[in-house]
This record gives sequence, structure tokens and C-alpha cells, in this order.
Amino acid sequence: MNQGSILPLRLAEVSFTVGGPAIIDRVSLEIDAGPSTIILGANGAGKSVLMRLMHGLLAPSSGRIEWSSPERPGAPRKQAMVFQRPVMLRRSAYANVAYALKIAGILEPRRGALVREALDSVGLSHLARRPARVLSGGEQQRLALARAWALHPEVLFLDEPTASLDPSATREIESVIKAFDAAGTKVVMATHNLGQARRLGDEILFLDQGRLVERAPVVEFFARPKSEQAAAFIKGELPWT
Amino acid sequence: MSEALTAAVEMLVRLDPKLVEIVLLSLRVSLSAVAISALLGLPVGAAIAVGRFPGRQTVIVLLNALMGLPPVVVGLLVYLLLSRAGPLGALGILFTPLAMVVAQSILILPIIAALSRQAIDDAWREYEEQLRSLGARRMNAALTLLWDTRFSLLTTILAGFGRAAAEVGAVMIVGGNIDGVTRVMTTAIALETSKGDLPLALGLGMILIAIVIAVNAAAYLTKELAQRRYG
Repeated sequence: MNQGSILPLRLAEVSFTVGGPAIIDRVSLEIDAGPSTIILGANGAGKSVLMRLMHGLLAPSSGRIEWSSPERPGAPRKQAMVFQRPVMLRRSAYANVAYALKIAGILEPRRGALVREALDSVGLSHLARRPARVLSGGEQQRLALARAWALHPEVLFLDEPTASLDPSATREIESVIKAFDAAGTKVVMATHNLGQARRLGDEILFLDQGRLVERAPVVEFFARPKSEQAAAFIKGELPWT
Repeated sequence: MSEALTAAVEMLVRLDPKLVEIVLLSLRVSLSAVAISALLGLPVGAAIAVGRFPGRQTVIVLLNALMGLPPVVVGLLVYLLLSRAGPLGALGILFTPLAMVVAQSILILPIIAALSRQAIDDAWREYEEQLRSLGARRMNAALTLLWDTRFSLLTTILAGFGRAAAEVGAVMIVGGNIDGVTRVMTTAIALETSKGDLPLALGLGMILIAIVIAVNAAAYLTKELAQRRYG
């Protein structure tokens, strides 16, 4: 591992409960640099919550979540997250990306260069001056990716980034994610779309009712799922992929 | 009645100096009060929206309740504070425009703080995860939200101005409705009506209504335009 890397990320017996049954139930795992990880599972399996726990947006009810080098509060983050529905500030596309860099403490002129590079990498340079919130859903999601990309995070979490997009916008997003993966960013993505998992993933973490049921390389997972739940999920979802 | 109306319109058309003086003082007092309340109320609203502290909900309920403060009660309290025997009597500002600014500021501070708290709270719900994901601290988030809700906040400020310009109780008590010194539109209308000088009262009434309509139209148009431009 290169020095100062935040990976691997270790979860030990992590649970998350808000009254009622556990949403995440005693999950232990380690996430290392390299292959992209897909968190797969049905709606309500706990994919989003697990990512929010990893990313630090939620605190576990019990168990431990440890990055190899812990984040100092207030220091620039080495991880970023793209949500299902992008949240854009009421300013231009350019300013939205610049905002993230400003919070990370990156000063001009480097900031401007990074913004332009990031917008370019998602093909939005021509819309830089447009107010972000009037862009289409697909464009906003690409902008969200640019905003994350500009920070050059070590780990990029993606929470069903294409769930509310049409097929052509989905293809564009997927190609951007592939480019990030190829550039060495560790991609951790939640999805319930099997086709997408196959296209973008190297390994699968399969969640069912808050429990980590299975972890396997993509090819193996789809060819020979070890658990009953995974087999049923693959069978049930196939017609729609 | 129709005679009074004709006289009123005539006063408006020839910009009767007495009428103009009263209108200008009204605007000066209410605009000053709005500026002070916005300067204090917006940061307070943002802090309550983004902050998490014990008693937060109580503060919100109280703030919302204070929006309905009766102007005469505010006038009375400020009167007691500023009267010769009161704790701030030494300032000697009772029955001056400054006292009226103080009273109106107190009256609309809760309105601006409570409405901006609501607008910023709504935005915070939408933005919280994203801003925390980027590593923004609360102080930073509060400033971001103030800027991002700027059009809603403008409406809030205009609502405060409307309230200040139209109230009569507070300025009457702490200003004293002194001719040429503290007489504003609302107190003049009250007085002239009781004296039977209807043209001046009607003329001022028409201006007051025009101002309130203009303010509301401005608020509406700003929001509409902003919505279209920034989404």
C-alpha cells in the first residue's frame, strides 16, 4: 500500500438499528484497494445504509468501522460519495465542482484547473456556466461524478447512481465510472441491477436483510451462487436486466 | 366621501409636502428596522436550522409563537425600557424615530428568524448528506445554505418589511405620533381619521396599500425568476 492510504477499510461486527429489527446485522468485512466492489441486494437489504456507515454519514449502533489511516475531522476527505439523487447547489455547474474543492482547502489557481479537468472528464465542459439545477437528471449525475472526481478520492462510493436515469444516461454514467476505476480509484457501488453489477464489478458483496450473505468474484457469483438467497435473487431479477 | 377621495388623489398627484414627509419617514423607519432584523435574524435562523443543541425544539416553538407578537405589547415593553425611569431611559431616545426603529426591529426579528429558520431547515434536509460527505463543517454549511436559499430569504425579509410598514401600535406608543418628527403613515391615518381629515388619511392609505402590493409582487416575481433561472 502506498503511504498514507486510507485503505483497507475494516468493519467488525457492525450493526445499525433504529428501533425494530437491525437494518445492518453484524457485518464484518475488509475492503481493499484494487478491484471494484459491488454491493448487491434487493430493495431494503441495507445497501445504502451500509455505504453510509462506511462513508461516515451514519454511526454504527455497535461494532467498529476503521480506515487504515483515520480521518481527522476538518481535514480534506480522501473518500467521496455519489448519491442516487444528486444534490446540486443553486449555482453554476462549474461553481458546484469548485465548491467541493474549496471545502477541501484547494486554492486557486489549482482549483480552476481541477474543475475544468473534472468537467472535461464527464463531458460537461460546454455546460460549465449553466445553473446546475436546471441540467437534466443524467447531466446532474455526471456533474455529481465530476464533483467527486475533482477531489481525486482514494475511494468513491456510489449509491445506485443510475436508478432514476434512462438507459442512455445510464450508459454515460457507467462509462464515467469505468474511467474512474481504470484511473485507480477504488469503486464501491450499491446496485440492484444485475447487468450493471456484471458490467462494472470485479467482486460482489451480497446483502440480504442486513446480513452479508456472500462475497465472491463477479463471474463466480453469477455462475455458482453459494447461498440460497443469492440464487433466488439472481433468478428473480434476471428477466428485468 | 367622493369629495375626500378626489382630494386625496389630488394630494398624491401634486406630491403634497406633508404627505411626502410622512411617507419618507415611514420608509426610513421600517427599512432601517428590516435591515437590523435581517442582519440579526438570518444568522440566528441559520444557526437554529443547522445546529443541534438541547432545547432546540423549544426555541423553534417560541420563535414561531413570537411571530404573532402584538405590536402594542412590543410598543409597551420598549416604552418601559426607554422611558425616563426605565433601564435605558438615560439614552433619551423615547419619542424619536430611533425608538420606533428599535420597536419595529423587535417586532419583526422573530418573523425573519423563524421564517428563515424554516427555509434553511428544509434546504438542510436536502443538502445535509451531500455537504457532510464533502466534509463541510456546520459553520460552513450554514453559510452555504444562507446563500443557496437567498431567494426564499428575500421573500422572508419582504414579509418583515410588510409587517413593519403596516403596524401602528408599536410606533404610536414609542414614537408618540409627533407632527413632523415621529408621524408615520399608519399613525397619521389613525389620527386624521379620528379628526375627520379624510383626504390625507385616504391618500396615505392608498400609498400604504400600493407599497404592500408592490412588495408582494416583487417577492413573487423574484422567486419565480429565480426558480426558472436556478431551479
